[in-house]
Amino acid sequence: MDILNALVVFLNFVFIPAAAYGAQLALGALGVTLIYGILRFSNFAHGDTMAFGTAVVILVTWGLQSLGITLGPLPTALLALPFGIAATAVLVLATDRAVYRFYRVKKAAPIILVMASVGVMFVMNGLTRLLIGVSEYRFDDGARFIINVRDFRDWTGLPEGLALRSTQALTLVVAVIVVAALFWFLNRTKSGKAMRAYSDNEDLALLSGIDPERVVRLTWIIAASLATIAGTLYGLDKSFKAFNYFQILLPIFAAAIVGGLGSPLGAIAGGFLVAFSEVAVTYPWVKVVGYIAPGYEPGGLMQLLGTEYKFAVSFVILIVVLLFRPTGLFRGKSV
Amino acid sequence: MRKLLLATAAGALMAGAAGAEEIKLGVSLGFTGPLESMAPAMQQGAELAMKEVSDSGLLLDGTTVASVTGDSTCIDAAAATATVERLIAAEGVKGIMGGMCSGETIASLENVAKANGMVMISPSATSPALTTIEDDGLFFRTAPSDARQGDVMADIVLGRDIKTVAVTYTNNDYGKGLADSFAKAFEEKGGTVTVNSAHDDGKADYSAEVAALAAAGGDALVVVGYVDQGGSGVVRAALDTGAFDTFVFPDGMVGAALETNFGSEIDGSFGQNPAADGPGRDTFLKMAEEAGFDGSGAFSGEAYDAAALMLLAMAKSGSTDPATYKGSVMDVANAPGEEILPGELAKALEIINGGGDVDYVGATAVELIEPGESSGTFREVEFKDGKMEVVGYR
Repeated sequence: MDILNALVVFLNFVFIPAAAYGAQLALGALGVTLIYGILRFSNFAHGDTMAFGTAVVILVTWGLQSLGITLGPLPTALLALPFGIAATAVLVLATDRAVYRFYRVKKAAPIILVMASVGVMFVMNGLTRLLIGVSEYRFDDGARFIINVRDFRDWTGLPEGLALRSTQALTLVVAVIVVAALFWFLNRTKSGKAMRAYSDNEDLALLSGIDPERVVRLTWIIAASLATIAGTLYGLDKSFKAFNYFQILLPIFAAAIVGGLGSPLGAIAGGFLVAFSEVAVTYPWVKVVGYIAPGYEPGGLMQLLGTEYKFAVSFVILIVVLLFRPTGLFRGKSV
Repeated sequence: MRKLLLATAAGALMAGAAGAEEIKLGVSLGFTGPLESMAPAMQQGAELAMKEVSDSGLLLDGTTVASVTGDSTCIDAAAATATVERLIAAEGVKGIMGGMCSGETIASLENVAKANGMVMISPSATSPALTTIEDDGLFFRTAPSDARQGDVMADIVLGRDIKTVAVTYTNNDYGKGLADSFAKAFEEKGGTVTVNSAHDDGKADYSAEVAALAAAGGDALVVVGYVDQGGSGVVRAALDTGAFDTFVFPDGMVGAALETNFGSEIDGSFGQNPAADGPGRDTFLKMAEEAGFDGSGAFSGEAYDAAALMLLAMAKSGSTDPATYKGSVMDVANAPGEEILPGELAKALEIINGGGDVDYVGATAVELIEPGESSGTFREVEFKDGKMEVVGYR
């Protein structure tokens, strides 16, 4: 019984939140890693691309809700997602045309593109705030819980409760679908193979007749879709606030670099690794330990780091990986 | 040029002579700084009381009252000290209505007011440190100390048979001061605080903070935060994970937003905020509206009361000398005597001139306790069926 309680506490406070957060980071990191692999620069504007896409999704969601269209138990935002993706894709394609193409044609050094992306980040930052404002918005509707605490307690008779929010489950399901679709696209379709070829060796790809502009366009569209989906899931699960999307840029980069920049599989593994580390390091284990080892009563909360230092965890992971394994766990491109 | 100088000097002299029958009161508030939006309504509140007294013509044989404002900035102790110095030395004020924030108030009281023997009545400094400060009987405040709210909150929580609580506070002076004073009072009265930890405002997700609070455990969670900020985020995460289902809300959290955010999910939770009952507040709001400002602004009523108390104390002691009238402030503020509401200052002056006693109630139900601060009336609220209900006053 005590083992069960320990398990429930662990699931409720560590596993489920970390898994949902990990999936959101993984989707964000996939976008970063794709751009790095194919366009060969770290896109600092990715967080704000996510914010822009989510802002459009929220506006369309409000429109749909005012028309009386909802998805029943699912959030209406899922219906609005295609509109958000389309708007974001147009925005990043326009940005590529106006900013990045200029440097690509000149074959500028990657650091110049990175700096350009910092500029783009600030522009998108402002654009999102103009579009929707700086306040916090909650836009999830439909059923809030799949399992709620009270029902779970009644059902199992355990003193500890377990909650599974519908947005957490949705995040995981959507992430699995998106990742599967992405891998199928990259490995099985002609366009996907062209993208991988371009990523592996640009000159060889050009010689074999691959249209580079088409590959670039496709990459941006996929990155925009991933960003919008990741941003919307994050916003549904937590809440939308433009500034928070700027802040999750750091864990997203940590995830992409840990996994190995340019490696899609690495981005996913990195996302979950960063999320689980953040949650596990700042979680006080006293309750779980109390159930597993009933006789043992530790004095403190058994918390390694205060929750204020959550973001520091990403920094530490980033530094350790860069020091000891610069190419990441999955041997991506060197940073 | 010389003529001009002479004329200016003469003009200044004449102006000085004309003002001899006038009492100047300093109004030292943070007109710039983090609370600048609150300062104008406070100034207007204080000036409303001064005007009422001047118009009555009953204070010390028809003396009139004028305000001299100074910017205390709220956060810059050096600037506030210089402002108060100027009000006393250059303007010759007979009393100071201010300061606004606790830190600058402490600085200007210790460095200037005490050295000059000047009375200060603050409408809004709530730090517990001002209760124990060595003030030579010169400092009063019409706002309750946060120590008082901590004490009231501890009584309310224990009164509901809740013996162990977890506390989370917003990471600033208000949050920390109130959380600490509550924790101290609660433990002195026999309760247990399992954890007292901070949360930062403006984050997307508070599940990590709530996980830590849940691990420490407790029968209820005391959320010393802001309802439009992290406070609501913490409550949301705690409800979602089932970590707590009873919450205790102090003044920063008690607001209509709680109803819209959580509805019936927080049934059984409770809290308190400073709010005077009685007719004084309504009268003051009406008077403010007629004078063309919003009397419901935070601490506007307290500012009216601060200025009124100072002037009534002068009338009572028959002197504008701070060293003399400081002894009468507590006297006019408390029973025995005729109860005085806002707008009745003329009546109060008449009673005092006739040798009677007054008990100033004012806009905020003033009741000063030693060492010269508002005892503070708190409204206890409770959530039932998704609605906030007032269940009593303490």
